[in-house]
Amino acid sequence: MQRPDARGYFGEFGGRFVPEVLIDALEALEREVDAAFAEPAFWDEYHAVLRDFVGRPSPLYAAERFAPQLILKREDTNHTGAHKINNTVGQALLARRMGKKRLIAETGAGQHGVATATVGAKFGFPVDVYMGALDVERQAPNVYLMNLLGAKVHAVHSGTRTLKDATNEAFRVWAAEVDETFYVIGSVVGAHPYPFMVREFQKVIGIESRRQCLERYGRLPSDVIACVGGGSNAMGIFAGFVDDPQVRLWGVEAAGEGLESGKTAAALGAGSVGVLHGSRSYLLQTTNGQVSDTHSISAGLDYPGIGPEHAFLKETGRAQYVGVTDAQALEAFFDFARFEGIVPALESAHALAFARELAKKARPDDLILVNLSGRGDKDIAHVRASVERQ
Amino acid sequence: MMEALFERARSDHRAAFVPYVMAGDPDIKTTEAILRELTALGVAAIELGIPYGDPLADGPTIAQAAQRALAGGTTASEVLALVHRHKMNAGAPIVLFTYYNPIYQYGLERFAADAATAGTSGVIVPDIPLEEGAEVARVLGLHGIDMPLLVAPSTTRERAAKIASQSTGFIYVVSRLGVTGAGTTPATQRAREQVAMLRSITDKPLAVGFGVSTAEHVREVASFADGIIIGSALIDAYAGTRGNEAASRVRAFMEPLLGAASRRTETPIP
Repeated sequence: MQRPDARGYFGEFGGRFVPEVLIDALEALEREVDAAFAEPAFWDEYHAVLRDFVGRPSPLYAAERFAPQLILKREDTNHTGAHKINNTVGQALLARRMGKKRLIAETGAGQHGVATATVGAKFGFPVDVYMGALDVERQAPNVYLMNLLGAKVHAVHSGTRTLKDATNEAFRVWAAEVDETFYVIGSVVGAHPYPFMVREFQKVIGIESRRQCLERYGRLPSDVIACVGGGSNAMGIFAGFVDDPQVRLWGVEAAGEGLESGKTAAALGAGSVGVLHGSRSYLLQTTNGQVSDTHSISAGLDYPGIGPEHAFLKETGRAQYVGVTDAQALEAFFDFARFEGIVPALESAHALAFARELAKKARPDDLILVNLSGRGDKDIAHVRASVERQ
Repeated sequence: MMEALFERARSDHRAAFVPYVMAGDPDIKTTEAILRELTALGVAAIELGIPYGDPLADGPTIAQAAQRALAGGTTASEVLALVHRHKMNAGAPIVLFTYYNPIYQYGLERFAADAATAGTSGVIVPDIPLEEGAEVARVLGLHGIDMPLLVAPSTTRERAAKIASQSTGFIYVVSRLGVTGAGTTPATQRAREQVAMLRSITDKPLAVGFGVSTAEHVREVASFADGIIIGSALIDAYAGTRGNEAASRVRAFMEPLLGAASRRTETPIP
């Protein structure tokens, strides 16, 4: 598994494109990451919290009524219902080591906000969450949940009033109060060392599932599939298999209404190389270099950029990236609930939709591993409204 | 290049005044009228923003000005055409202020060439720190364009020395943590310390910005820095107006500040 170079690049992607005011904080974080990651005691505590508080290891589960030869990594069974908590536990432990006084986070659908609020409560940090004003309206239950956990949610009214603008605002707040504040970024995006650090905290998904596969099936999966917005659940599971060249890696982006429709969130499928939120990667943008508005039925994938390491894996050909539309994801969402007794997150339903297509062409000894990144309780009202509109 | 502007201001016993306006806010014609007015007022240079929808270093005033400019369809090409017209009319020197992505999509080489043809003196890119800046500075430099770098309150002395050696034209001293905006006071004491520290490592001109909004701030900053950058307060002064109305509001706002930038204590004899 590759480390970024000294300047934070995976190949030509990554880097540190931020205002000077944040450089000192990023360098301090990088030093802390290097020191903590080299200490077995740091990882011992991280894994103890994941075991006792989050409920790891998460199960590996065969879901053959939905599609033959399909196995799931059940991140939906984690405390707070998604993979996000793996990362926020790690960053909270770092924040405590650094003597920071509070946590801030951006959130789109609210899952990362809830995961940050949760570790804030557990470790005793005040938490401020920045959330686009439109998302505050769309995700009222998660706003209430964050408040219940003691976090303060700030509605961001600038720009498109969604995740991209919430991220801008979190960067600005961090710049103003950089000495005492730890910015908990929710995906493998942002300036170095965030993409690397978040991957390392999500790598537990890949390491566990590789071991579980070998124990149960005596072989590695043929294919590993994960949905990709910013890309943290995908980087987490890919990290367990990237050094096994025979394992095919598939990232599934939200095509929205179609890759050519202009209403999409597929940064790799429909975007081009640019700089957003501190790193060079692919993003959806205009020819004038303005970041485009995005669309996906799934709020967690509705982001114009993608982590730089995914851009690197695409360019090197190690991973392949495909798009799944809103309609295909919804169909998988319903079928999966009926055939498996599990309501998947709409994000994860994108991965499931592609997995079912892949399974149709599978060879007899193939094993298709999907990262079921979250559960779908949060999406029920939204899905119901979408269906009733049609 | 730009260093001469600061030299001229110094020999004239004043700090170089560099007002910031957002190109295309609310339309290009208004910006053109404001640039004419600022030239007539005798400012040392004008910082001209190319609008960007995701400005990480800017507070609400400049972010909203960018949104208004983008709503009017302003592009980097139009801004360069504006600079060209302004310079053909003997306008004040222009320093463009632009985030990296619009330049990146324009093509760095092409941007530098077109900016130079238009008569641009400098380009400030707030999301390009020292480590990412070498190539951008090299290409701009080949076209005779300065690239001032920023020093923040959180910048260490060791790092400031590296920034100072790479910065061209002047060094942009950020007065406080956080983003641009007139809402809170500039941390003038911290800026004063930063300037003193920079004086011990560089001879390049030092211009202070972020949060400067009143004649009192200007008088204080002029007492220790070579230049003063004022943006959000100026934009607030003409927001909601257009054309000549905007230009006359700019004049009314700027006149007392320009007086405050003078270091002369006695009234000059005409």
